[in-house]
Amino acid sequence: MNYFPDEVLEHVFDFITSHKDRNSVSLVCKSWYKIEKYSRQRVFIGNCYSISPERLIARFPGLKSLTLKGKPHFADFNLVPDDWGGFLYPWIKAMARSRIGLEELRLKRMVVSDESLELLSKSFPNFKSLVLVSCEGFTTDGLAAVAANCRLLRELDLQENEVEDHRGHWLSCFPENCTSLVLLNFACLKGEINLASLERLVARSPNLKSLRLNRAVPFDTLQRLLMRAPQLVDLGTGSYVHDPYSEAYNKLKAAIQSCNSIRSLSGFLEVAPRCMSAVYPVCENLTFLNLSYAAGLQSIELTKLIQYCRKLQRLWILDCIGDKGLGVVASTCKELQELRVFPSDPFDAGNAAVTEEGLVLVSAGCPKLNSLLYFCQQMTNAALITVAKNCTNFIRFRLCILDPIKPDPVTNQPLDEGFGAIVRSCKGLKRLSLSGLLTDQVFYYIGMHAKQLEMLSIAFAGDSDKGMLYVLNGCKKLRKLEIRDCPFGDAALLEDMGKYETMRSLWMSSCEVTLGACKTLAKKMPSLNVEIINESEQTEFNLEDRQKVDKMYLYRTVVGHRKDAPEFVWLL
Amino acid sequence: MEVGLKMGMKGGGGGDHVKEKMGFEETELRLGLPGGGGEAGGGEVVRKRGFSETVDLKLNLSSKQDTSGIDPNEEKVTGLTKDKNLLLSATDPAKPPAKAQVVGWPPVRSFRKNMLATTTTTEKSSSDESSGEKAAFVKVSMDGAPYLRKVDLRMYTSYHQLSDALAKMFSSFTIGNCGSQGVKDFMNEGKLMDLLNGSDYVPTYEDKDGDWMLVGDVPWEMFVESCKRLRIMKGTEAIGLAPKAVEKCKKRG
Repeated sequence: MNYFPDEVLEHVFDFITSHKDRNSVSLVCKSWYKIEKYSRQRVFIGNCYSISPERLIARFPGLKSLTLKGKPHFADFNLVPDDWGGFLYPWIKAMARSRIGLEELRLKRMVVSDESLELLSKSFPNFKSLVLVSCEGFTTDGLAAVAANCRLLRELDLQENEVEDHRGHWLSCFPENCTSLVLLNFACLKGEINLASLERLVARSPNLKSLRLNRAVPFDTLQRLLMRAPQLVDLGTGSYVHDPYSEAYNKLKAAIQSCNSIRSLSGFLEVAPRCMSAVYPVCENLTFLNLSYAAGLQSIELTKLIQYCRKLQRLWILDCIGDKGLGVVASTCKELQELRVFPSDPFDAGNAAVTEEGLVLVSAGCPKLNSLLYFCQQMTNAALITVAKNCTNFIRFRLCILDPIKPDPVTNQPLDEGFGAIVRSCKGLKRLSLSGLLTDQVFYYIGMHAKQLEMLSIAFAGDSDKGMLYVLNGCKKLRKLEIRDCPFGDAALLEDMGKYETMRSLWMSSCEVTLGACKTLAKKMPSLNVEIINESEQTEFNLEDRQKVDKMYLYRTVVGHRKDAPEFVWLL
Repeated sequence: MEVGLKMGMKGGGGGDHVKEKMGFEETELRLGLPGGGGEAGGGEVVRKRGFSETVDLKLNLSSKQDTSGIDPNEEKVTGLTKDKNLLLSATDPAKPPAKAQVVGWPPVRSFRKNMLATTTTTEKSSSDESSGEKAAFVKVSMDGAPYLRKVDLRMYTSYHQLSDALAKMFSSFTIGNCGSQGVKDFMNEGKLMDLLNGSDYVPTYEDKDGDWMLVGDVPWEMFVESCKRLRIMKGTEAIGLAPKAVEKCKKRG
């Protein structure tokens, strides 16, 4: 049934941008499927092994923007060995061969080789935007290739990647006639930077809106860069250390004052606290402040700065701000939506400087709060119940008590009731991470109330299979479930095998699941890949079915077993 | 009793019978895998691995099994012998004892951990915990200059930055002597021998013990801690300080 010519439908579909909606559109009828297929430009693939590059290209030949995620989330915490997978190269190779007009590539937790970056830079003449988050496997040589060959490059965004520094002058590889840069973020690079090249590059990039420097960019260079780019909207400083009585410092103060578009500030990887006052003028317009790497700032300096930030919407900070400091946040930042408090000493998991008090203060003072990541010393049920009452809008609630099985220190009870209050009150909750002493009861509450929950992270919690079953049965929209060190076993895993086809992935490590159960699941569900990560010397043949597996990762896929699994990954 | 209370918290069938066994057996040192180990009721599988058991597994500290609900605090504080007040350490937030490391906990990205580790080492030496930064002003003299200067060493985070700053400070006194360049080049060890042989300048410092040392040998933080004053010596006068630096040069190849 087609009342409109194809072009009209296509035009209408242009307005439909969400992936979910476009997926729905393609299911309506054959002709809509076809039109949607050829007009689709942006594709999001949450698990790179759920589909192959060839199938992607066949399905969406008009692809221009691709988002790919590789390793499971717990890889961030060293739970996944190196060489597990998530390689970019096959994707680039396939797209290059099929002459896909790729313009934008966003990757998370992928292994990106220099070779793939080089091939990318040479295969897609319209390539505009490269965003790499938590990736690894490449060096500054790969960056040099991108700089040199991507003539129309607008965005180079490197977020928290492990990059090997080859001391080449990758920045100098941007050709002199490259003037298109809008975003340049190299804060994660560890090595030296050719400062003169950087200054020239910034000088010839009139559209540059976002600039995040690495540690090697000193104070005086920062000042010169700001003079060249007063139009910046997002600034990440590098090293921020200088004598506050010097000429250079005064010059920086002046330069910052001319940058009245800055709305987002980060960096301060090395910082002299006495120099922070130069930054106060931009504070009043800031919407995003990231001081989570500024280990050199104490609570006093942090609170002084934050007092100027009345329009702040997102704050990332270290726990040295303390509960009192969070009180200042609560009374100043009335527009706050997202708060992330990181541990300043992540190796000594015993001394976070914030407790439940800070969180309660923020919840009381910031009614718009909807996203939380909070590493703390302790938490109480009473505090969580209060937080739930104050803030009903949470979409993301991730609490990490540094001692993972710590009960409520006041009552010695598990934190079931506290988290129960959160899920009951925040009906829109999509992501939840639990910690502290927890029994099956918390999962009962989650299954009962967290109806919008899409991602759940559990560690050292629960008493029995019932816990996991409450979640699997109750959370209808669950997409990602990751569990470590919980007493969930075969009965829970196998109860509703079809459930996993509605989810992206399930991770279980150090639980009670046996090899036999995993094999059963793999056999009964061909649409799932069940992978065992085994780091001991035992081979698949030595391990008996009734033995527990250390790490299991399963995910739905349309292309069966992957071909690039290393030896220690068993594909059942 | 506190222990019993703790067991009760875990709920489930496993807790109850374990309660009775609290006491003597708990104080036994045992080797072997957690969860089995000859405790009565082997069929009574330890359902929950628990944090402390994970610590055992991962660090090969085998003290005991049935660890459900037992806080690792206890193990660390009381060593491997049991104490009556098992809960005290767990509930005392004021002074949590040092924890063993469990893989992947706390859930902080390695990138962040590494970044903070490097930042903290540079910052620790240059900031006071309670009252903000402590300045470290030292006198700087240069042979032949009419007056001395003062610099705050905590304003810099590397020898390179210090050398730049000194060069700028004393450039007006050294026109024609390549002094500032000499100070800069000093940081480039390749030119060391030329410098010492020539009439260029060499930065030295007096340390806490009163000895005159060549700048650049020790890590930056250590230098800032021990430096009492700086003296930019004429190369010819610095010959006596050369050997250590020469050795260092040779070692680096």
